[in-house]
Amino acid sequence: MKETQPVIDRSNCVINIRGLEKSFGDLDVLRGVDLDLYKGENLVVLGKSGTGKSVLIKIISGLLKPDTGTVNVLGQEVPKLKGRELDQLRLKIGFSFQNSALYDSMTIRKNLEFPLVRNRRDMTRGEVDRMVEVVLDAVGLSQTINQMPSELSGGQRKRIGIARTLILQPEIMLYDEPTAGLDPITCIDINNLINEVQSRFHTSSIIITHDLTCAKDVGDRVVMLLDGQFQRQGTFDEVFDTPDERVKLFHDYNFIN
Amino acid sequence: MKFLNDDERPVRRRRAQVISRRFDRIFTELHNIASFIGRFFKEVFLPPYEFKEIIRQCFEIGVKSLPLISLTGFIIGIVFMNQSRPSLAEFGATSWLPSLVSLAIVRALAPLVTALIGAGRIGSMIGAELGSMKVTEQIEAMEVSATNPFKFLVVSRVLATTFMIPALMMYTMLVALLGAFLNVNANEGTSFTTYFTQVFDAITFLDIFSSVIKSALFGFTIGVVGCYKGYHSSKGTEGVGKAANSSVVTAMFLVFIEELLSLQVITALRYL
Repeated sequence: MKETQPVIDRSNCVINIRGLEKSFGDLDVLRGVDLDLYKGENLVVLGKSGTGKSVLIKIISGLLKPDTGTVNVLGQEVPKLKGRELDQLRLKIGFSFQNSALYDSMTIRKNLEFPLVRNRRDMTRGEVDRMVEVVLDAVGLSQTINQMPSELSGGQRKRIGIARTLILQPEIMLYDEPTAGLDPITCIDINNLINEVQSRFHTSSIIITHDLTCAKDVGDRVVMLLDGQFQRQGTFDEVFDTPDERVKLFHDYNFIN
Repeated sequence: MKFLNDDERPVRRRRAQVISRRFDRIFTELHNIASFIGRFFKEVFLPPYEFKEIIRQCFEIGVKSLPLISLTGFIIGIVFMNQSRPSLAEFGATSWLPSLVSLAIVRALAPLVTALIGAGRIGSMIGAELGSMKVTEQIEAMEVSATNPFKFLVVSRVLATTFMIPALMMYTMLVALLGAFLNVNANEGTSFTTYFTQVFDAITFLDIFSSVIKSALFGFTIGVVGCYKGYHSSKGTEGVGKAANSSVVTAMFLVFIEELLSLQVITALRYL
């Protein structure tokens, strides 16, 4: 649970999506999604596997192109951006991948340095080292600095993945299934880390998950993706206060099982 | 004129559809490869230049291949010398052995053997590495951290193979000639000076130059094929295995085709 109440600026919308549609062949994944993310807010996108949650954040980060609709991030229309413009925007967006996506052939130090040395060429060696220490300290894994990703546990890899995105000091964080495949205790640690990132680095985040404990712990607002559209939205309790069987089933399955 | 009955028509139509789909796939693949190569030539000249990564790849591809190349080259020299001796001995021409071996090694064996070893060791390594990076989202992770993965991963590897295969070929040449020398020295008692004088008398600048150019082409092919297969792999770990395997098979096939074509060109140049 959150220790301090987040400061959410509802007059400042950092992500604004309208009428977003995306299909792969005959499969319509997103069918008219509208979404607003406010500055300082943690927004949880809930939904079953295969409903297009990851597709949504890949479109936001410019990894995928939408079929139709507008995707406005920090005042810029993402699908229209190319090359340097898109790279500049991406520096302000941190993307934490489901499988952490750490570079296998590099040590943790090199993994963390990678985005920094490539994008902040004016930084000295000392400044880079200091930033690495800061983000490692933020995720509580300073001792792993010279280890290889293969030597870490799943939870540690997730934390390092988050640290790597934090090193560029992004304004927006996109978490793709941050607790998937982790034990319940490690899940709580990751949830706490997401909340800590929000309060310490003042980020606005979209958290993609099907883990209701995660949604309850980290979400300031929850939206539920069903049949390619956001069917429910509000606080965690508001979303599940509905007679809709599909939503109730999702809730009961998570908490009873 | 034979008329098809009702049973035969759908079967023929299905066959035609299968053949048409296969042709579609082949041409789509060719188009994708052409785009991939086109993108390489576009990106290779644009900054930022990945010098550090190119040097690291040169080390991985070149220096780490040396033990295998040394052993193979040395054995080839000995074996080729040994197998050639009986034929020349029949005509009392064993003194021609150094010339024969040098021509065979410099013109054909060294480039081909180096390329085949490169396709096996380096092609599979690149295919598997990029394939696993692709399926574990590491390539996408690079992209979202504002790094051009094509330039960092593909351009650096293709340049490294293009530079290192000719260098490895020259090394194979030297080691194979040394292996052949040991054999001819043990059997005919030919001295080091006499052997190498005969070796260098037999070959021309065109022989070495054409082998270097040919090897650069082989290196480029190995790099492009490995990167293409790895970069476009899918279906999880199965896809990684397929990418590695397909990189080796395709690169070897293309190396043989290129060898055949370059032989025609070099022969034509030689008699100009």
